[in-house]
Amino acid sequence: MTPSSLTERGAPVLDPAAAAARIPDGATVMVGGFGLVGAPLTLIDALLTATATRDLTIVSNNLGEPGRGLGKLLLEGRVRKAVGSYFTSNPDVVAAYQEGRLEIDLVPQGTLAEAIRAGGAGIGGFYTRTGWGTDLGEGREERVIRGEPHLYQESLRADVALVRARAADALGNLVYAKTARNFNPDMATAADLVIAEVDEIVPVGALDPEEIVTPHLFVDALVLSGGAR
Amino acid sequence: MSVQDVIAARVVPHIPPGAVVNLGIGIPTLVADHLPEHAAHLQTENGLLGVGPTPLPGEADPDLVHAGKKPVTARPGASFFASSDSFGMIRGGHVEVAVLGALQIDARGRIANWSVPGKPVLGVGGAMDLLVGARTVVVATTHTAKDGSPKIVEECSYPLTAQRAVDVVVTELATFRVRDGGLVLVDLAEGVTVDEVRARTAAPFRVEVPEAVDA
Repeated sequence: MTPSSLTERGAPVLDPAAAAARIPDGATVMVGGFGLVGAPLTLIDALLTATATRDLTIVSNNLGEPGRGLGKLLLEGRVRKAVGSYFTSNPDVVAAYQEGRLEIDLVPQGTLAEAIRAGGAGIGGFYTRTGWGTDLGEGREERVIRGEPHLYQESLRADVALVRARAADALGNLVYAKTARNFNPDMATAADLVIAEVDEIVPVGALDPEEIVTPHLFVDALVLSGGAR
Repeated sequence: MSVQDVIAARVVPHIPPGAVVNLGIGIPTLVADHLPEHAAHLQTENGLLGVGPTPLPGEADPDLVHAGKKPVTARPGASFFASSDSFGMIRGGHVEVAVLGALQIDARGRIANWSVPGKPVLGVGGAMDLLVGARTVVVATTHTAKDGSPKIVEECSYPLTAQRAVDVVVTELATFRVRDGGLVLVDLAEGVTVDEVRARTAAPFRVEVPEAVDA
C-alpha cells in the first residue's frame, strides 16, 4: 500500500447528531474539559437535542456549569452517575445528589487524570500517596512503597470519549488550544469509541508531526464544532 | 491594601527566585500580584507552566484560564500540557512550592481545606495531590474564620486534606514554621504581639521571634 492510499482512509467526519446517536443508554462516557474550557459543547448539545439517551455515567472533572455544557444534560435527567473531582461549583449537581437523583464518585483530580491515562495505556491500576489518611482513602487497599503509605486506584475506561481539540487533520491527528487541552488527550486514549470535536479539519500533512498531541490511531470519528466556547 | 493582599505579600519571601510554584484558589492566587516580575514560574494544574498576568479587559482568551477558571495569559517560555502530565509534575515532586488556602490547621501543621462537615462532600480538585506532591507547602490564610474563631486549632474538626504537614503557615498576624511536629512562631506582622497571636490561636506553639517579648 502506498502512503497516498493510506492517507485517503481518514477518520470519518460525522454530523453532531449522527455522532451522538452512537452513544447507547447506560453508556460510560468520558467528556473532556475543565469546567466549560475544552469541553465538546457541540457534541453535548447534540446528545441533548438529537437523542433521548439516558442513564449515562459521565467521567469528567466537573459536571459543567448551571444549565451549561454537562450541566444541561444533568438538568434533563440524562445522567445517572458522575465520576470527577470537583462538583461543588455547580449547585444543580449538589441538589441532584441530595435528592438522590445522581450518584457521585469523587476522585482527587490527579488520581482521576492518572486513572484515565492508565486506562488508555493498558494498565490495570496503580498506587498513589494522594488521599491516604483522608476520608477519600477509607476502605481502600493500601501498600507501603519506599516507606510511604499509598492507596490503590483502579484505572478507568469508558465506552465513549467525547473530546475537544482545536484542529484535526483528515486522518484524525489532533492539536489542542492552550489550557483547553486539559483532560482531552488522556480521555482520547481510554475509550472504545473516541469522537473528537474540532474547529477545523486540515489536509493530511498540514500539521507539523512535532506538534501533534494525539496521534490519529486513538481517534475514531471527527465532528466539526459549532464554535461554542 | 486588603487583609488578603497583606497575607499574599507576606508569602513572597517564602518563594525562592526562579522557583516553580503552584498557587491555589483564593488568597494564594493573589500572591502572583506581589511577586516581582519573573521571580517564579507559575504552574496551574489545568495544564500551563508559565502563567502570566491577568489579561486586559476585552483581551481574555476563552481557551486560556487558571485552575480557578479565570482568564490568564501565558508568558514567553510557557508550555501547555495534559492533566495527567500536570499532576505527574505535582505528585512527582517537580513543583517546588505550593501555596494553598486552609479552613483549619492543626497543632502538627496538617491542614483541612476541601470539605466542611454537614455539607455533601462533592469537591476536592487538586488539593490532595498538591499537598502530597509539592516539595514545600505554604499555607496562606486569614488567622481566624469570618466569625472570629481560630483557624489554627489543636485538632481539625474538618476532614484533613492529607496526613502530610505543611511547611509554613502565613497569616496577616504571624508566620509559623512547622518543625519537629509542632508549630513555631517565626515572624510577627508589624505592631502585632505574641500575646495577640496567642489570643487568636487555639493550638500551642513555640516562639522563636528574636525581637518578641514572650509575656
